[in-house]
Amino acid sequence: MPIQIPEQVKPYYEMLRIRLVEEALAERYSEQEMRCPMHLCIGQEAVPVGVCSALKTSDMVFGNHRSHGYYLAKGGDLNKMTAEIYGKVDGCCGGRGGSMHLIDLDVNFMGCTPIVAGTVPLGLGTGLASKLRGNDQITVVFFGDGCFEEGVVHESFNYAALMELPVIFVCENNEYSVYTNLESRQPDRPMNKIAEAHGWDVGSGNGNDLNQVAKITQQAVSRIKAHGRPQFLEFDTYRWLEHCGPNEDDHLDYRPADQVASWKKKCPVLQMQTQLLSEKSISQEELDSYRQSILEEIELSFNFAKASPFPSPESLYQFSNTNPS
Amino acid sequence: MRPDITYTEAVREALDFCLSDDENVFVVGEGVPDPKRIFNTTAGLLEKYGPQRIMDMPLSENALTGMCIGSGLVGMRPVMIHQRTDFAYLAFDQIINNAAKWNFMFNGQGQVPMVIRMMIGRGWGQGPQHSSSPQALFSHIPGLKVVMPSRPYDAKGMLIQAIEDNGPVIFLEHRWLHHMKEAVPEEPFREPLGKARIVRSGNSLTLAAFSYSVIEATKIADAFKKHGIEIETIDMRSASPMDHQTVAASVRKTGRLLVLDTSWITCGVAAELVARVSEEAFKELKAPPARVALPDLHAPTSPTLSKEFYPTPQGIGEKILKTLSIETSSDKGSLILNDLTTDEPLDVPFLDFKGPF
Ligand SMILES: Cc1ncc(C[n+]2csc(CCOP(=O)(O)OP(=O)(O)O)c2C)c(N)n1
Ligand SMILES: [Mg+2]
Repeated sequence: MPIQIPEQVKPYYEMLRIRLVEEALAERYSEQEMRCPMHLCIGQEAVPVGVCSALKTSDMVFGNHRSHGYYLAKGGDLNKMTAEIYGKVDGCCGGRGGSMHLIDLDVNFMGCTPIVAGTVPLGLGTGLASKLRGNDQITVVFFGDGCFEEGVVHESFNYAALMELPVIFVCENNEYSVYTNLESRQPDRPMNKIAEAHGWDVGSGNGNDLNQVAKITQQAVSRIKAHGRPQFLEFDTYRWLEHCGPNEDDHLDYRPADQVASWKKKCPVLQMQTQLLSEKSISQEELDSYRQSILEEIELSFNFAKASPFPSPESLYQFSNTNPS
Repeated sequence: MRPDITYTEAVREALDFCLSDDENVFVVGEGVPDPKRIFNTTAGLLEKYGPQRIMDMPLSENALTGMCIGSGLVGMRPVMIHQRTDFAYLAFDQIINNAAKWNFMFNGQGQVPMVIRMMIGRGWGQGPQHSSSPQALFSHIPGLKVVMPSRPYDAKGMLIQAIEDNGPVIFLEHRWLHHMKEAVPEEPFREPLGKARIVRSGNSLTLAAFSYSVIEATKIADAFKKHGIEIETIDMRSASPMDHQTVAASVRKTGRLLVLDTSWITCGVAAELVARVSEEAFKELKAPPARVALPDLHAPTSPTLSKEFYPTPQGIGEKILKTLSIETSSDKGSLILNDLTTDEPLDVPFLDFKGPF
């Protein structure tokens, strides 16, 4: 963090930073230099920040296709993320992955991939390793409501309970998978009950309320430390932009207009900001200076990404595991 | 004659016909009734046939594949759709262990009349988990037909044939074909599964191609033709069954073979075709048969890496020259390669494409 931020304001700062980074990405996407699919989490920033605020750097995190927020909240390097989206050699995967394939092992952001539920069982493995080694590392796997439909999630509930693994599955329920609402994909039943029936501890809450998310996650962390059972957390939130890409897509009418509007009123960043201002935890001037400092950091990250060279064609053949033909 | 239609529209017409023709046909897939209608290939079907036959689905690829198989056992004709081939990998268990084997292992007492449409993604940095081209993987499994039409006409005729087929058919659509147009009859018709098509005849070399490679092959054959070299271009249309007989017959005439594929070279369908033709027409070959396919690596995202990864027209041209024993540095060789050189971006299906897919 380039400027000094009081401890209790840090989570807000993190959320604002994710918001501003993604707004900048969205704004510049049309320049056609970020040549990869991009899923933005604008409107959903409280879940990544709230959850990660309860974690230590040594704890491990896996993400999915919509992972800019998880990556940054876990402490992932902004320059490397921006360069990755630009397909450059200084990106976190040297440009091989793009927005959907982020990794920063320095902060134990273990990787994210776009096959729905693809990383879920990997969390079992890192959890098992922590258990066998007797260390206190917790694994968090972030996924969306759609992921809950994949069989491997249910197999993972079974195994993690059986083995008492130190894992937290965080379901970010934004009610949609692409254009399809939850009611068209799942029966009306609490997801929590399914985890509970497998012997998991559960928690749920308002995913746009940073304090709530942080508190629920801290409780889950404490429960793991106390008795080692896996934890399932579900947070309600809402995606503002199109599923994939930088634009709004409300003209397609797949979501009720009043639903979109009412969720936008519950902006996690603005809510927190209002609270901090009314509590007088921060002043308007401080807010402005945070914003300014973040915008400068973002500008530098774009400069970094643009200045970074493209990977050389020969580098394609690295890490093939087999001899290239 | 009505105006030319796109590949997308051709697929849609095939679905529309089969749904109207047989009430056992239903369509299921993630996004089938959503506003984008699977790149418009399912446009209008929900309105015409209703939500009971035109269905979205939970993100449960394996279970829903099993559901389709089960429905097929009692005479339904499901058409399942995956917007990327990579999503179908979650259903390998059901596809391989049940769909492909059922009728065989129960001594003919359980046909699985199922079609699985899958899209091969390429370009705009879709990367390692959204770009794969699994024709060889599926062709390796006995009991599955694997087809990959390259033109709108075949998309329509072969999809109707696939839906009417009594066994499981993997129907692979390359995303870079969807916008292409040609004349296609309005009325239903059928094209065989497992039959190659000679796109143009020639006598100096046989260029056999799968899926989108046919488009590349045709352009390249044009460039060679300008310089007096007539290449026989063959659209394989189907990976399994694979019509090696048509290719062998062509090679008996040309004496030379190059195969183009959209997937990895090792154990790929190009390798299979070369092996078959070598077995059948070894003596007629005047030069070693050759392949152009993808290196054994995963599709990278960065444009510079994807340029290295996918074959370029020049690269294919060089391979053809080599098979013809023409030096690339000769007058003719360099003229041809010059014609094939392009500085257009290679990560978009057409030039005003703005991403993302
Ligand atoms: C196995 C698989 N099936 C389908 C897809 C296509 N897909 C990508 S993201 C997505 C939506 C997932 O919804 P959700 O889990 O709720 O996450 P959200 O996008 O809402 O954050 C889908 C269907 C995929 N990537 N992988
Ligand atoms: Mg969702």
